[in-house]
Amino acid sequence: MNFELSDEQRLLRATVREFARAEVAPVAEELDRTKAFPYELVAKMGKLGLMGIPFGEEYGGGGADTLAYALCVEELARVDSSVCITLAAHTSLGTMPIHLWGTNEQKAEWLPALCAGERLAAFGLTEPEAGSDAGATRTRARLDGGEWVIDGAKQFITNSGTEISGCVTITAVTGEDDGGVPTAARRGPASQGRREISNIIVPNGTPGYEPGEPYRKMGWNASDTRPLSFDGCRVPESNLLGRRGEGFKNFLHILDGGRIGVAAMGVGLAQGALDEAISYAKERRAFGQPISKFQAIQAKIADISAQIEAARLLTYRAALEKDRGESFTLTAAQAKLVTGRLAVRATEEAVQIHGGYGYIEEYPVCRFYRDAKILTIGEGTDEVQQMVIARQLGC
Amino acid sequence: MKICCLVKEVPDAAVQKRIDPATKRLDRSGEKNLNPFDTHGIEAAMQIREGDAVQVDEIIAVTMGPESAVRALHKAVALGADRSVHLTDAALEGCDVCATGYALAKVLEPEQPDLVLLGQQSDDGECYTIGAVVADHLKMPSLTQVIKIEVEDGKLVCERQAEYGYDTVEVDLPAVISVGDAINEPRYPSLKAIMGAKKKPLDTKATGEVGIEADQVGESGSKTQVLEINPPPTKEAGEVFEDEDTNETVSRIVAWMDERKLL
Repeated sequence: MNFELSDEQRLLRATVREFARAEVAPVAEELDRTKAFPYELVAKMGKLGLMGIPFGEEYGGGGADTLAYALCVEELARVDSSVCITLAAHTSLGTMPIHLWGTNEQKAEWLPALCAGERLAAFGLTEPEAGSDAGATRTRARLDGGEWVIDGAKQFITNSGTEISGCVTITAVTGEDDGGVPTAARRGPASQGRREISNIIVPNGTPGYEPGEPYRKMGWNASDTRPLSFDGCRVPESNLLGRRGEGFKNFLHILDGGRIGVAAMGVGLAQGALDEAISYAKERRAFGQPISKFQAIQAKIADISAQIEAARLLTYRAALEKDRGESFTLTAAQAKLVTGRLAVRATEEAVQIHGGYGYIEEYPVCRFYRDAKILTIGEGTDEVQQMVIARQLGC
Repeated sequence: MKICCLVKEVPDAAVQKRIDPATKRLDRSGEKNLNPFDTHGIEAAMQIREGDAVQVDEIIAVTMGPESAVRALHKAVALGADRSVHLTDAALEGCDVCATGYALAKVLEPEQPDLVLLGQQSDDGECYTIGAVVADHLKMPSLTQVIKIEVEDGKLVCERQAEYGYDTVEVDLPAVISVGDAINEPRYPSLKAIMGAKKKPLDTKATGEVGIEADQVGESGSKTQVLEINPPPTKEAGEVFEDEDTNETVSRIVAWMDERKLL
């Protein structure tokens, strides 16, 4: 096996690491405290080409591979999860469907501004009654005079309501025939029956489409997450993304890839917590010596560090499988499951090592702890990952 | 104008530095990076190019180092250099500052640069001298610790950090200028530039190709010899003055400093 990164991947990782430390770290606490969306950082990341890492150079993307993308995500999450999820949701959820299934016209319309970070893209799948059972979508779209008329609601949608949000690609029921795509997540009673689900691009500012007030979240405070409502919202028929009826299958594919990014976030966040814990343990003295010299602290640091390395390799492997065009569903779900739990545990241990100071917001580990929990929930809960893994193993 | 930027591959800042007792040289294993001080030299070249005082036709990154040093050149071209030159040869191993300066001057000679820029120090050896040695061999004027460069009528007006304040110096071209880190804020290489770095021309040169005389380089050609390496003496424990009466404490501190002729 070759564990070596390419020169480009190494330089990109070093660049993003430097960017995260020099540009993101100094403002992370304030952004979190004031729940302010990081417009300036998004603009800077756009200028560096980080808002379009895996997309085609002809549309202003970086033309880099999934592993390069995962490395960038990891380095950002090591310092700030809000900035990181803004980039990750924009890339692997928001822009990816247009990159994969957009017509040339749709790509030309959206990708240049999205890759430049001048506009953000959102992914509208989750609904109040369709989370893990995503196929239970109730949002409907019907054709009327060459336009889709959309009615329904989405929730927990990242990047949907910022000043630079460009569009959301949603799933909507467009008919009663789902194209015969049986999926794991559609076995719930709410999603039974043959329903045709399609993807539609809805530009921000379209009458009838309203992003709601941002949620008050436990973490990821500087990222933008909102409920969306569609009330007689009309968009041109040509805003259909991909083939009619393939929307659900396509979004499951997007989630598969998105898991690699979220897994990289888990690795990065755990590493960031470990960095802080080691640095604090070497400085903080008790009983006449740095607490890093105590076996109880060393055991925590050693355990977390070993688990991070294992989780990192699993995540990189999922990325490499995707880059080689192999099936990566199993590895990506395993990586997502392992890294989310690891991030929760690592941040908890980092807080523990900090003692009382870990409970105070001036120390990054306090924010890291709050930011970690969503990684066992977002883009497929742990329980959904277990279901995907078990099915992949033939259960 | 043709600008050559000297760059060096150094151990990454996060790597704990250690001396290899066997070779008495810095252990250069582990993660490496482009010397951060040299990124200020490249940025200075880019800012001259982007300014309107002079037309810059070419920016060339030049390094001497092992095979891995090509990564430092990739970063240099990602930061804006148009092409790069890599002097690499087993014969160069063990070069001290004098021998390195000589070898670099030999690579620079055929390029005939109008300006040679480099960081004022390397993040590993920290000698601060390579620019002056290169300038001596090229018979060019040399300025060190420059924090401002203006191009005026084919000359440079530079501000350099001096011990007390700043010197403003006019210098004829061609010249070798080593820059301080206060001169600019280096840009980050963009993803596009990183992905395109390998497409920019890279010349790999051996000593024989640039007329380097074998007895002038390597450990044997070096003028310095490392006899022994010792850690700096440990600091003596300080003296703590408990502040009960501030006036009295101040007097005691002043007396203490006076006794040691520190005032």
